[in-house]
Amino acid sequence: MNKQDEAQLKELVSMVLSNAKRLGSTTAEVGISIDSGLSATVRMGSVETIEFHKDKTLGITLYKGKRKGSVTSSDFSPSSIQSSLEAALRIAEYTEEDPFSGLANVEDMVRVIPDLNLYHPENVTPEQAIAWAKECEDIARAEDPRIVNSEGATFSTHNHWRVYGNTHGFIGAYPSTRYSLTCGVVGESNGAMQRDYDFTVARDGHDLESRVVVGRRAAQKAVKRLGARKVKTCQVPVIFSSEIAHGLLGHFIAAISGGSLYRRSSFLLDHLGKTVFPNFMQIREEPHLLKGLGSTPFDLEGVATRSHDIVQNGKLESYVLGSYSARKLGLKTTGNAGGIHNLVVSHGKLDLNGLLKQMHKGLLVTDLMGHGVNLVTGDYSRGAAGFWVENGEIQYPVEEITIAGNLKEMFLDLVDIGMDIDKRSHILTGSILLEKMTIAGS
Amino acid sequence: MTSNLETANRILLEPAGLGDTELQRVLSKVLGHTVDQADLYFQSSRHESWLLEDGIIKEGAYTIDYGVGVRAISGEKTGFAYSDEIILPALEQAAMASRSIAHQGGQNQIQVWHKREVLKPFYQEEDPLNSLSEAEKINLLRQVNEEARRLDHRIKQVIVSMAGMHEIILIVGSDGTYSADVRPLVRMNVSVIAEENNRREQGTCGGGGRMNYQMFLHEETALNYAREAVRQAVLNLNAIPAPAGLMPVVVGPGWPGVLLHEAVGHGLEGDFNRKGSSAFAGRLGERVASPLCTVVDDGTLPGRRGSLNIDDEGTPTQCTTLIENGILKGYLQDKLNARLMGTKSTGNGRRESYAHLPMPRMTNTYMLAGDHTPEEIIASVDKGLYAVNFGGGQVDITSGKFVFNASEAYLIEKGKVTRPVKGATLIGNGPDVLTQVSMVGNDLKLDRGVGICGKEGQSVPVGVGQPTLKIDAMTVGGTSQ
Repeated sequence: MNKQDEAQLKELVSMVLSNAKRLGSTTAEVGISIDSGLSATVRMGSVETIEFHKDKTLGITLYKGKRKGSVTSSDFSPSSIQSSLEAALRIAEYTEEDPFSGLANVEDMVRVIPDLNLYHPENVTPEQAIAWAKECEDIARAEDPRIVNSEGATFSTHNHWRVYGNTHGFIGAYPSTRYSLTCGVVGESNGAMQRDYDFTVARDGHDLESRVVVGRRAAQKAVKRLGARKVKTCQVPVIFSSEIAHGLLGHFIAAISGGSLYRRSSFLLDHLGKTVFPNFMQIREEPHLLKGLGSTPFDLEGVATRSHDIVQNGKLESYVLGSYSARKLGLKTTGNAGGIHNLVVSHGKLDLNGLLKQMHKGLLVTDLMGHGVNLVTGDYSRGAAGFWVENGEIQYPVEEITIAGNLKEMFLDLVDIGMDIDKRSHILTGSILLEKMTIAGS
Repeated sequence: MTSNLETANRILLEPAGLGDTELQRVLSKVLGHTVDQADLYFQSSRHESWLLEDGIIKEGAYTIDYGVGVRAISGEKTGFAYSDEIILPALEQAAMASRSIAHQGGQNQIQVWHKREVLKPFYQEEDPLNSLSEAEKINLLRQVNEEARRLDHRIKQVIVSMAGMHEIILIVGSDGTYSADVRPLVRMNVSVIAEENNRREQGTCGGGGRMNYQMFLHEETALNYAREAVRQAVLNLNAIPAPAGLMPVVVGPGWPGVLLHEAVGHGLEGDFNRKGSSAFAGRLGERVASPLCTVVDDGTLPGRRGSLNIDDEGTPTQCTTLIENGILKGYLQDKLNARLMGTKSTGNGRRESYAHLPMPRMTNTYMLAGDHTPEEIIASVDKGLYAVNFGGGQVDITSGKFVFNASEAYLIEKGKVTRPVKGATLIGNGPDVLTQVSMVGNDLKLDRGVGICGKEGQSVPVGVGQPTLKIDAMTVGGTSQ
């Protein structure tokens, strides 16, 4: 893919849009994704798989008045596009008038597409990918004699082009890249095995953490879990380590997203302007962070993304909306069709060790299992593994327990956020200390 | 009945002018390197979905996708490439990429193809998308919506979705495989919100299978999904916090079989056992469950969501006994892992699509019935949890720890089911949990057909089932102590 290909794709988008109009649709929008990449896995020192990825999709949504029809296809040939358009129009004859449906408002379209430094193409050969994965796994396996087995290490590259246009006359395109290295190993002692993994991910391959760091961390994490036991059922403070803490913020975002709100399936219904976190808490969306993992110049509807406060001094300042849910709620889009971009969460002055001291006695959670989050009620109950903490220090690893509470209360009872921000997620947060949760164990 | 091979040929090969000569040429290219085995997986899929929300048919979507994946296996190594265009140059390019896993100088030959028809199919090959007219589909969604709203004035929100898929696949391998399958799949989901005194609760129900949309009309099946979703939502309005801690748990029949899927199913997949990373590795012949437990994986159940005539490597599916009277009997295998472990594929090589590599996956996993009535089982518990409906689950196959989330559960007090409790996660250890099974019900049921299993980023449809089970001790993750 290059600039010339991009021009061709833009031409294709305008062609589809004008054909949509010609066939009788009132308005239409078209998105194209072109993806390619390579992934190599090495296990126990030998190559396990090399996979070459190459995908393209064309998505058309058109409206006949206020009726909607959508079609997705991987075939870009003129005859296939023609039949896709016909299929979408046929669907629009059966869907019903929805007064809130349609394209985003024309004045919300992005005017100038900022360069967010997301595209760092590199010609990684399979041999290089294999060598890097192998080095990482070798280091992990050599790190500790208790590492007895491996799930392998994988190096992946991903190139993505996105082109979007609609009948407002808007067409935008931008490319992005993503590189990652993941390593998973198995430790054993006294006949019991524990696995863990570690990874690094970046827009620019040069920004990846070193193979040594990833390999060592994977091994150390697996070994630290050996000898894990249950704890007695109790109520204690809990720290969500930074590598999983973004999940809590993810639930928060889901609860203030337009879809959950207009469906009345959120525990934060009608909470705009209300206190949802302690007053030291600030949460801001920053869609334009250079090289950001969630950065994007415009959302799924071509709406300009922009920085905005979501939580200020603990108060909910903004929902997370696309045009459709915004219209349903009588509000304006926040440029979040397709979700949140980057989320920046405020933090205190302590690192993870400091948080452990502050907690004194409780549970440090490093791994969560299952889907026990009910966004309608906020009820939270998930499998967990981590470490028991006493006198501000880690005592022993813990497993086969659950942690439970209600997200609304958990958010309000948040005690502190560490400065150990995990940069591998588009939700940038440190470890989170909560006042208390119920631990179920033996 | 038309021939699956003819259908596959007409849809997948003829438009590109591909015949035996071309396919042989492509496979020979792959075998030009030191490759033990190579295969081509052609796939065409058509998918549609309809959504009713706020009382109106809001969305309809149609997806068409096709392509071909080329896999080269050399020892334990796999090279894989694919194309979303079925044309010879793209196929040859994918072949060249996939063989880069191995060195030049291959000696292997393509085996003579056994062009095998599916003689006794487990589902009809007709396109389910055409089994109802568009007007009938929409009318059905409306009826379901009206039924849900009619049943209880506390129902404030109803979402009904219906989806159908028709897939045609062809697998051509250097090992003589030449098989085709035509696979229908339909699904309906109803989700409702009940509201009372500022409290809101959700209820969901759905079903489906390798059938056509007519199944939803049969015996008011679709309306029953609405009734069930409403019942759950309203019930949960009165649920009290679930207990926390170790206690006896009675797990209901049907969909709660997700317990088996997580606790033992994944841990018995061939890849994890070949690599030795499963908590069940090397334990064939050992006791892993109470003698009351016999667990099978069966891809041959007619019309079930997890069923397949052949797996995605062309191997006919079968009923594989995993655990018999508590003894571990077998693993689930695809071709690669079976060969490396010196055994045969059990017809469990599955893949999400042409763009994904196959691996050992479950089909329909269930436990056979026992002797006790569900009433006897509940009456035997002094204080515990009765969990009858579940969301999903997850497992760490290495430590063996697994979870599954109860969405409808009750307290058992002095042998009687008393109050409904809020949803809670249950956690246990896969290799231990079935040793704790002290009673097995005579009420074996399979799920309604909505299961999706995820593994290494790939989703495939699966089924589960079980009779009522009593587990003597399991950790329940509620908030009430």
